[in-house]
Amino acid sequence: MRVRQSSAAALVLMTLFTVLGISGNAQAATPPATVATSADDDTIDVKGKLVDTREKPPAPVEGVQISVEDDAGELVGEATSDADGLFVIPLGADIDVVGETYTIKLDESTLPEGTELRNPDQVELERQVKISADISVTFPIGEGTVGTGWAVRALQLGVGGLVFSLLLAMAALGLSMIFGTTGLTNFAHGELITFGALIALFIDRLPGNITVGGMNITMVTAIAVAMVMSTLFGWAQDKALWKPLRRRGTGLIAAMIVSIGLSIFLRNLYQYFAGAANHNYSQWTSPSPWSIGPVLITPKDVGVIIFSTIVLVAVTLAIAKTRLGKATRAVSDNPALAASSGINVDRVISVVWAVGAGLAGLSGVLLGMTQGFDYQIGFKILLLVFAAVVLGGLGTVWGAILGSFIIGIFIEVSTLVVPAELKFVGALLVLILALLFRPQGLLGRAERVG
Amino acid sequence: MPADTTAPASGSEYVDRGRAAEARKALASVEHEPGAPKPDPIVVADEVTRQFGGLKAVDVAHVEIQRGAITALIGPNGAGKTTFFNLLTGFDRPNTGRWTFNGKSLAGMSAYKVARLGMVRTFQLTKVLAKLTVIENMRIGATGQSGESLARAMFPFFWRAQEKANTERAGAILQRFKLDAKRDDFAGSLSGGQRKLLEMARALMVEPELIMLDEPMAGVNPALKQSLLGHVKSLREDGMTVFFVEHDMDMVRDISDWVIVMAQGQVIAEGPPDSVMADQRVIDAYLGSHHDQVLDFEEEEKILQEAQEEHVKNEEEAQ
Amino acid sequence: MDILNLLSGSLQQALGPTAVVYALAAIGLNVQFGYTGLLNFGQAGFMAIGGYFMAASVATWGLSFWVGIALGLGLSVVLALLLGIPTLRLRADYLAIVTIAAAEIIRQTLGSVTLLKWFGGQDGLINFQRTFVEMNPFSSRVDLGIVAWRPFDFWLLFSGWILVAIGVVVVWLLMRSPWGRVLKGIREDEDAVRSLGKNVYSYKMQSLIIGGLFGAVAGFYVALQHTNMNPTWVATDTTFFAYTVLLLGGAARVLGPVVGSIVFWFLITFLDLFFGILTRGADPFMPEWIMTNQQASLMRLIIMGLALMLLMIFRPQGIFGDRRELAIDAR
Ligand SMILES: Nc1ncnc2c1ncn2[C@@H]1O[C@H](COP(=O)(O)OP(=O)(O)OP(=O)(O)O)[C@@H](O)[C@H]1O
Ligand SMILES: [Mg+2]
Repeated sequence: MRVRQSSAAALVLMTLFTVLGISGNAQAATPPATVATSADDDTIDVKGKLVDTREKPPAPVEGVQISVEDDAGELVGEATSDADGLFVIPLGADIDVVGETYTIKLDESTLPEGTELRNPDQVELERQVKISADISVTFPIGEGTVGTGWAVRALQLGVGGLVFSLLLAMAALGLSMIFGTTGLTNFAHGELITFGALIALFIDRLPGNITVGGMNITMVTAIAVAMVMSTLFGWAQDKALWKPLRRRGTGLIAAMIVSIGLSIFLRNLYQYFAGAANHNYSQWTSPSPWSIGPVLITPKDVGVIIFSTIVLVAVTLAIAKTRLGKATRAVSDNPALAASSGINVDRVISVVWAVGAGLAGLSGVLLGMTQGFDYQIGFKILLLVFAAVVLGGLGTVWGAILGSFIIGIFIEVSTLVVPAELKFVGALLVLILALLFRPQGLLGRAERVG
Repeated sequence: MPADTTAPASGSEYVDRGRAAEARKALASVEHEPGAPKPDPIVVADEVTRQFGGLKAVDVAHVEIQRGAITALIGPNGAGKTTFFNLLTGFDRPNTGRWTFNGKSLAGMSAYKVARLGMVRTFQLTKVLAKLTVIENMRIGATGQSGESLARAMFPFFWRAQEKANTERAGAILQRFKLDAKRDDFAGSLSGGQRKLLEMARALMVEPELIMLDEPMAGVNPALKQSLLGHVKSLREDGMTVFFVEHDMDMVRDISDWVIVMAQGQVIAEGPPDSVMADQRVIDAYLGSHHDQVLDFEEEEKILQEAQEEHVKNEEEAQ
Repeated sequence: MDILNLLSGSLQQALGPTAVVYALAAIGLNVQFGYTGLLNFGQAGFMAIGGYFMAASVATWGLSFWVGIALGLGLSVVLALLLGIPTLRLRADYLAIVTIAAAEIIRQTLGSVTLLKWFGGQDGLINFQRTFVEMNPFSSRVDLGIVAWRPFDFWLLFSGWILVAIGVVVVWLLMRSPWGRVLKGIREDEDAVRSLGKNVYSYKMQSLIIGGLFGAVAGFYVALQHTNMNPTWVATDTTFFAYTVLLLGGAARVLGPVVGSIVFWFLITFLDLFFGILTRGADPFMPEWIMTNQQASLMRLIIMGLALMLLMIFRPQGIFGDRRELAIDAR
């Protein structure tokens, strides 16, 4: 066993785990919190932008004091928001900082006349540095929302949960459709998600910007390319691996274990090419939030909500209405009967793989856009995707979507009562409890015996 | 149709102890009506229903099965026979209903307890333990094995003698079923018909009082069928009650003392083989239901066909 | 010279404490998956329960080491019951998903800041191995020519392989008994076994518990080996590695996990050292643009993933498996 030193401290951390992982590979499973990184430097900053959301567009708030303390209460750094409302407080090299917890405080007395925090309880925020990435914080400023703290917070979290649910639903739909038509419990589905995010990163990192009529459409292009490539990847994966396995009559459990091997293979291949660092796309990095009623929402999130809703509606409509969609359901119901009635089952499965992978890839890009990502983003949320699919009923289209919404929204809203670091735990517990009472899932059907 | 129903059950040591005559005599006075009471019922079921979505797969108002007799359960495909078996033996849960075995209520009882009481079933789609040898398949059927408790398993001293006795009994049954040559082969290597035999033989290892066979003859070649018929009859001679599902009318006619007919989940007729098969209700059920079945299938096929064509068309357009 | 180093380094790992840990974990999986067909993807959770409660008993609660061992074993039985009750009646893939989720729940909870004062958060626990160290009969370095160990490491692997041997004998005794036959029957077709009057649920539970106990013992060893218990040792991939070990050696074979673990760690270490040598130094063998030293450390996992796939596709019975069984596996 050797531990190597490296200049890029971020890499050291990950490889440290990997090298030491000679007896158990490590991934510090990082909940997708509101984490954002800047460049690949090795200092970690706390940063944020103070804006008054009553104005349209939101006006920067200058001259407010922000301070950071570590968990022993020692002052780590201070800053005052500049003319753009921005503040940056360096915490130190990531190797020292990762794993620590910090309290970020806003000095209310330095707020300009007539402005207050929208949530007066939130003068202090506690954040743990989970991965080598900058921490961005928001202190919503506007009219004080006195007395409505709890309900507003729930609403605010609900919006965050909605965004996550939609992304989860896209990934879950693919997983569920593949399970429905082939019976495969695909543990490498997470790698389809990561694939999309990485392809988009590749496009994004190409030199220069892609513009049309002066508009920067780099990210739009990246999303489109990622979707197309993911679709192709899914199709090719089925062609090259899963279809031959079906031909051989490989059992479902054997196939499940093959998918585990594939997951390990792809995940490490991704790290080989993309490194272990956290990535962010270049566009739409720090948009200032809009306020809709008492709720704050970034334009990017609105975009994600609208776009993914359109995609989900389109796909589910296609499944419900088109002939191919009906054929898909026929295959899910009874492959033998479908085959004997002239449906080309292999073709249907091919399409399902392509569409499922395309959806997963898309969900990966959007996930990367909303919270940054690394080479194992898909693996980290895989369990939540499974939870959604199983909760809804393995193999059902509507179940996957319903399950995603329950899991996605539960994860965020549950942080009202459980510590944020345990929010995934809560969601997975919901899964187990739900199975106790309804083993076939909410919309699933019981199996036949004999 | 039935050419030689009187042919002797060749190939098995069928010893007539007069149980057949006894059973038929006992059933002679029973009405030929659905749900007719029997002089000595071993199973009595009431209001048993099972719904799958909108489909009422089983809807049995009342049925009794005579002890010591061979009772056949017939009916068109999808009549609910297998489902009824599943319900009686605890492999599925009914929506409503109660039923008793030897006067003991079985509703809600788990499948293994039902089997322990002496009511053992086989499956329409055979379930042999593929990676166990034939003899191991047999041994596992024996009940009350002390070596099956974790505490004693590690110490052969506790179970060796019992194991030996079970193996001997298993060997004898295998011989009767002409499987002794396959004794040390993996059950997975057996042919379809041999699997049916093994499953029946294994069920006998449990020493059941009532044995329920789901299509024991399906996929079995005619020669073997004759000897299987002999086996089934000899079970009755050994004092067992047999309740079986079968589509082969020759076999039903040949060996059953009593026939129960199901269609669309309900018991529509009962009686001795000859009278039942002449029953207009039964003929209607078979033809009518058969007719429906074909239509259903064609309809389904048509829809799927259309889907396929559309798909191909779309593909062509896309190119 | 390099070749010799490569081989001795690999052999060192193949016989070392890490191989012990995975052999123990895989023996548990062999009982559950190999013999009973239960897809427990949460073996890491059992390891976590074992390792953490043993460590916390001593380091946090100041109890004796042996109380810690008893607590670890006891709680792993409780975990098996908790997991088994909702899932053992369901299809195999449900158990897989629930157990993998449960292992992650356990890992994240035990590693959380919320429970920092008991389990030490991400840093984990230290200072719990004194009793074990005091029992060490070896006082000097053990040198076997090509391989050599520090006394503590040798004590670890010595006691560890003894436990593995005991485990193997227990499994062998159990699997040749009527009890083991019922487990194998359940693996093949649980409805058939149920129709013969066996309480399938109870047998599955017993199998889950026994496998989980082996997992807990593997957890003790992982903690002792590193003299530290932290969430890293019980990640999801730990379970996947244990499965690879089992499948490599051959599932449902008494010695499968042992052979598998030795071969696995030999190959993994070999690959690691090999690619390390190719890429080390200022002027490495392998050009930087193809593979850096960082990337070299990933090669073994890339190859392992590929190997697991190929193994499952072409030799599901393991490298030393039984051909006869394969012949009837055409499902
Ligand atoms: N688990 C299930 N889910 C939905 N429908 C079911 C299920 N099990 C059975 N059915 C339906 O219940 C009806 C009765 O099925 P069953 O298998 O009992 O028929 P059967 O009389 O045994 O037919 P066959 O003679 O072809 O074996 C069928 O229409 C079948 O499709
Ligand atoms: Mg049937």
